[in-house]
Amino acid sequence: MLDTYRKLETPENIDLDIHIAGPLVRSQAFLVDSLIKSVIQVIASIALVVFGDTGMGMLLIFTFALEWFYPVLFEVLNHGQTPGKRVMQIAVVNDDNTPVGWSPSIIRNFLRIVDFLPMNYVAGLVCMTVNKDFKRIGDLAAGTVVIYREKKKPAPELPVTRTTPPPIALTVAEQRAILGFAERHRSLTPERQQELANHLEPVLHKRDQAAVDTLFRMASWLRGGR
Amino acid sequence: MKQQLFEQQYRASWEHFEQQLEALEKHGHKHADSLRSFTANYRQICQLLALAQERQYSPYLIDHLNELALRGHQHFYRRNGNVLYNTVQFILWGFPAAIRREHRFVWLGVALFFIPALVMGVLTYLDPNMVYTVYPHEAVKNFSEMYNPANQKEFSENRGSPDDMKMFGYYIRNNIGIGFQTFASGLLLGVGAVFNLLFNGVAIGSVAGYLTELGHNETFWPFVIGHGAFELTAIAIAGGAGLKLGYGLLAPGRLSRKQSLIKAGREAMPLVYGVFFFLLIAAFLEAFWSSSSTLPVATKLWAGGCLWLLALSYLCLGVRRGSR
Repeated sequence: MLDTYRKLETPENIDLDIHIAGPLVRSQAFLVDSLIKSVIQVIASIALVVFGDTGMGMLLIFTFALEWFYPVLFEVLNHGQTPGKRVMQIAVVNDDNTPVGWSPSIIRNFLRIVDFLPMNYVAGLVCMTVNKDFKRIGDLAAGTVVIYREKKKPAPELPVTRTTPPPIALTVAEQRAILGFAERHRSLTPERQQELANHLEPVLHKRDQAAVDTLFRMASWLRGGR
Repeated sequence: MKQQLFEQQYRASWEHFEQQLEALEKHGHKHADSLRSFTANYRQICQLLALAQERQYSPYLIDHLNELALRGHQHFYRRNGNVLYNTVQFILWGFPAAIRREHRFVWLGVALFFIPALVMGVLTYLDPNMVYTVYPHEAVKNFSEMYNPANQKEFSENRGSPDDMKMFGYYIRNNIGIGFQTFASGLLLGVGAVFNLLFNGVAIGSVAGYLTELGHNETFWPFVIGHGAFELTAIAIAGGAGLKLGYGLLAPGRLSRKQSLIKAGREAMPLVYGVFFFLLIAAFLEAFWSSSSTLPVATKLWAGGCLWLLALSYLCLGVRRGSR
């Protein structure tokens, strides 16, 4: 597994895989959020300025709320996702993968001003790159982590073939690799499939398309087809 | 058991669980009638995932079950609170209890804020030129004119209720922002909070000393005394909360530094909520009460004194309730 996956042991005694989001995707989410915030700010200014001083007061309150509570409200009420995070398919959760509540969310977002130091989130970025969960300072203090929450992928189409038992006994990891190869065949070009299958020439004694087909048949057999 | 057989046998159960999850995510907990079997289904999904992992079924199947279990975990271990009840409970006894629990940090914050304010106030009173060590010339001229009793009449006539609303917005944005910053900057080993407390203390003290020496007593003190009860205490408490955060990082004791920081943050949060609550009151008072110039000076001073008594007795005495 890539090192951005973490194992989380749950009370049910199973290991869940959590995919941690890195600095790049988080900055992109931040940019989207900043853009949305500026647009809201402009619209609010235009809408409220017609009410004179009263509108001015409301605008200031609104600006205050937007500055400090925009991320908090979305994270708590919208399953850990601000609009920017939703676009980037990431979300904030507590370290134990439970939804963030008010306190953790407020801590992590108020401490942004420390992450921002000395300018443009340099402290946050440095902090993210030196710890294994890509946490910025606010995340460390709040006990939160940003993870990927990708939309559901459609079930992969498997190649339809006859079945062949593997020529030798395979370890479970090897079985899994062959199943994975068959599941991913749509996303690989035929040349790449052959290139990968050719690594097994010493075992299969076949090359190119013949080797690929054999692997597909083995995958089908491993799944339990007859 | 081969994967195909496994899928045949259990596909229906995980598809059913997925529907339950979707209903939950869409409608929340209140609408889902079919939730009775959620717990049992969640446990089954966990078991299926463990089986699939152990038997090394294909990556897609494991990922899919993993995703279902993750989502189920989120719902199963969600901590729900009634926001309204929690708020009322917090205001009634949560905040004073937090002040009592963290009294050492709060006292430190109070000392770091009020002592410099007092010292600077006395010094500026004795030697008004001291004010120029803190403020530039322009600013001094500005606020001494603002509180000049001669200008006060004109000032109050120009200021109607829409203006009050504008100032309310301004105080909310500015003052609560300062409160939050004082807290957050405490993370820098407490240095930021100390700086904020000292800086604000010195700034406020020197203005007070300067204006008192000038003899603008009738305009300055009635204006600041009312909201000061909540604003000044809130800034000191925010500093205390920030110091707690910094101390948690600096002296983790027997915890790891990270755990200690998380613990300090969690324990400091009630203070931050309280600061927010106090600064809201202060902004409201400052905009709509303190600025009113139709009220006699004596009334404002008396009311201001009562507000101080109220704020302090709330913080120190508060409703005590068990060991909370």
